[in-house]
Amino acid sequence: MNINLTLKIWRQANQDAPGKFVDYPVENISTEASFLEMMDILNEELVAKGEEPVAFDHDCREGICGMCSLFINGRPHGPDDSITTCQLHMRKFKDGETIVIEPWRAKPFPVIKDLMVDRTAFDEIIQAGGYVNINTGGVPDANAIPIRKENADLAMDAASCIGCGACVAACKNASAMLFVSAKVSQFTLLPQGKVEAHERVENMVAKMDELGFGNCTNTYACEAECPKDISITNIARMNREFLCAKVS
Amino acid sequence: MTKLDSKIPKGPLAEKWTNYKAKQNLVNPANKRKVDVIVVGTGLAGGAAAASLGELGFNVKVFCIQDSPRRAHSIAAQGGINAAKNYPNDGDSVYRLFYDTVKGGDYRAREANVYRLAEVSNNIIDQCVAQGVPFAREYGGLLDNRSFGGALVSRTFYARGQTGQQLLLGAYSALSKEVNKGSVEMYTRREMMDVVLVDGRARGIIVRNLVTGELERHGAHAVVLATGGYGNVFFLSTNAMTSNGSAAWKAYKKGAYFGNPCFVQIHPTCIPVHGDYQSKLTLMSESLRNDGRIWVPKKKEDAERIQAGTLKPTEIAEEDRDYYLERRYPAFGNLVPRDVASRAAKERCDEGHGVGSTGLAVYLDFKDAIERLGKHVIEARYGNLFQMYEKIVDENPYETPMMIYPAIHYSMGGIWVDYELQTTIPGLFAGGEANFSDHGANRLGASALMQGLSDGYFVLPYTLQNYLADQINVPHFETDGEAFDAVENEVQGTIDKLFAVNGKQTVDSFHKRLGLIMWDHVGMARNKEGLEKAIKDIITLRKEFWTDVKVPGEKTGMNVELEKALRLADYLELGELMARDALDRNESCGGHFREEYRTEEGEAMRDDENFTYVSAWEYMGEDTPAKLHKEPLIYENIEVKQRNYKTA
Repeated sequence: MNINLTLKIWRQANQDAPGKFVDYPVENISTEASFLEMMDILNEELVAKGEEPVAFDHDCREGICGMCSLFINGRPHGPDDSITTCQLHMRKFKDGETIVIEPWRAKPFPVIKDLMVDRTAFDEIIQAGGYVNINTGGVPDANAIPIRKENADLAMDAASCIGCGACVAACKNASAMLFVSAKVSQFTLLPQGKVEAHERVENMVAKMDELGFGNCTNTYACEAECPKDISITNIARMNREFLCAKVS
Repeated sequence: MTKLDSKIPKGPLAEKWTNYKAKQNLVNPANKRKVDVIVVGTGLAGGAAAASLGELGFNVKVFCIQDSPRRAHSIAAQGGINAAKNYPNDGDSVYRLFYDTVKGGDYRAREANVYRLAEVSNNIIDQCVAQGVPFAREYGGLLDNRSFGGALVSRTFYARGQTGQQLLLGAYSALSKEVNKGSVEMYTRREMMDVVLVDGRARGIIVRNLVTGELERHGAHAVVLATGGYGNVFFLSTNAMTSNGSAAWKAYKKGAYFGNPCFVQIHPTCIPVHGDYQSKLTLMSESLRNDGRIWVPKKKEDAERIQAGTLKPTEIAEEDRDYYLERRYPAFGNLVPRDVASRAAKERCDEGHGVGSTGLAVYLDFKDAIERLGKHVIEARYGNLFQMYEKIVDENPYETPMMIYPAIHYSMGGIWVDYELQTTIPGLFAGGEANFSDHGANRLGASALMQGLSDGYFVLPYTLQNYLADQINVPHFETDGEAFDAVENEVQGTIDKLFAVNGKQTVDSFHKRLGLIMWDHVGMARNKEGLEKAIKDIITLRKEFWTDVKVPGEKTGMNVELEKALRLADYLELGELMARDALDRNESCGGHFREEYRTEEGEAMRDDENFTYVSAWEYMGEDTPAKLHKEPLIYENIEVKQRNYKTA
């Protein structure tokens, strides 16, 4: 089936320029196409007319790199659960619908151009402590320390975060607690990360605050919009770790 | 003319790497601070190399095309990573991993490199576990393994269907640690435009800042390219949208030889093409072949009714299904190597047994596995893949078989490197998919992650020192010299030229046309006539591109169309070299299947007498055909024979 749509897209030339919504009609879009393929079609039409195509971030187009980042009809990654924008398909939309497309809105994620934002802040948080402080080589055999399967599985659940920033975009406080807690949890649950657990949580939380992310007020919006279903339990685990670190 | 010297260390195979390390030159800790290294790319090879070199004390500058090093396309690898740990006690060893990899590569890889790869594979697993990579575990707390194509043992470590993601995040965390320490400087949203040579050595690069559009100069004592493969020359592939071959191509045009350009891997289990607006193909992990059975309808009438939508796969009786891989290859069954599985799927579809609306698909069926193990087990093993499939195709693979078809996935070919991973340009190294080195004519599943991390963590940090040892007195590089001026002008010239065309057709429209030429004639099945036609068509298309492409927007600021145009300009040259290489290789081996050269049973027929060599192509200038150099492959430890996956 093919459908016609009106796209209401945020256009902004660069970080300092004022932005505005511009309407674009698109016609004859197959419902089998992905959302980003629909954007490609629009851009091809714009280029053919000699206009500037809409800038948006994307790369792997299979839901794992975390690069795509559109706020579609009021939801990060659009109207479906547990997916990234690149996995969203046009069958989720109706013929004649108007689709509003915005960039992530959060102070620590400034707009670069149109729908593209700068998420360097996430890298900075990881650089503050999101690792085990070991160098290459000289490590014990991989099976030297048995790890409970349950813990390994929970660590994997947390580690599956793709760093897209949907949690921040969904949160009215622009809080990065889900992102930070996923990394803190992964290492808290594994013996390899235990040694420097206290320093890690303190440094990462301090960096998060410094960069201007808000606090968590338990609305669960982040969990609802996370494309990888990262659980809010991780935030509870991080809070516990943080308290332990502060009193120790 | 440079003579190809693979620099393979002397001595018995198993001792070569140990001997090399024992005798190589090193740089003392105080001197490391005086030496700068550039790493381009932050996937497994680049990320791991940059982190490890930073740990050693070198000044590292690392560049990535995305907004963060964590997004490199290694992240999309699903199934797993091989290692010769033999934890399952099923008979694995370093030698067996080495043997399987050489055999899987159809005897077109270098013995010494592959043996080293197998040797360090175990260190990789140790390293990743120590970093906190959450590999799958058994109830006893130890690591779990599964099996992959081309192997009779279970040696693949995995983290659900997201192994690449977890390994990349491990390398990313090591990199982040070094950025925090100040030993690594991170440059994001930068694309390498060219490499700069001073007195014949690689001494820097020109990059384009993708946000501001500015060209930047960076100098160093050595440059490492870890820029991935060139599968996107086909337009449709499983590669990410920005994955490209330009860095490798620019290195080639500056004098680095290009190795085996025609060896590309076609992965058998991808979601089939569905429309002409499609932007990429999605891979379904090879691990699915552990439990899924591949089949097509035995009767053509059934296939036709399925294509017309009047029959469902679940309605076809067991005796009317042709499990063609199990039938043709009883010993390996559904787990034959990728090239074999891909060709077998194409053969069935060409014979009219294909399914789906286009007839270009086969089934991957989990019915038996679900009956045997229960849905929950299958869900635990492949849940995220099934979900991914359902989101794209809108069908539930627990209830109806998946549809799959081969797609371009990986380039075994790449920049020619010696044992030290150094290209024919002194001081220019290449790691991971960007080099040609370890997979011969076909890569086995779960070996790309192994090679990327092997190069990054355990090979480059050693071999670079051997090169850098006599560079400690060379001062930090100024980038305002003539050499940098000249290359930057060249890059600017190309950009100006693209804007000056001011034609009518979009970049993507040209790219799609190139992709079709490549897929039809330089794809899964090739022949002399088709390859000659491809070369002619590519040259014509290239001319048309340079007279009618439309690049809108400005030179400054972000300009995605310009980025795409620059990459396509290189693909339009690389595609031709791939066809020329395929035309030169009058044999079938691995992913390179020449229809003229096959056995009576339709299997690939190698010509060991005439083609046991690596093709290394030298750039000779704009209008002169590239020159072929041959690196003979010598097998001292393996008996070269026809690959046989029918019997063990």
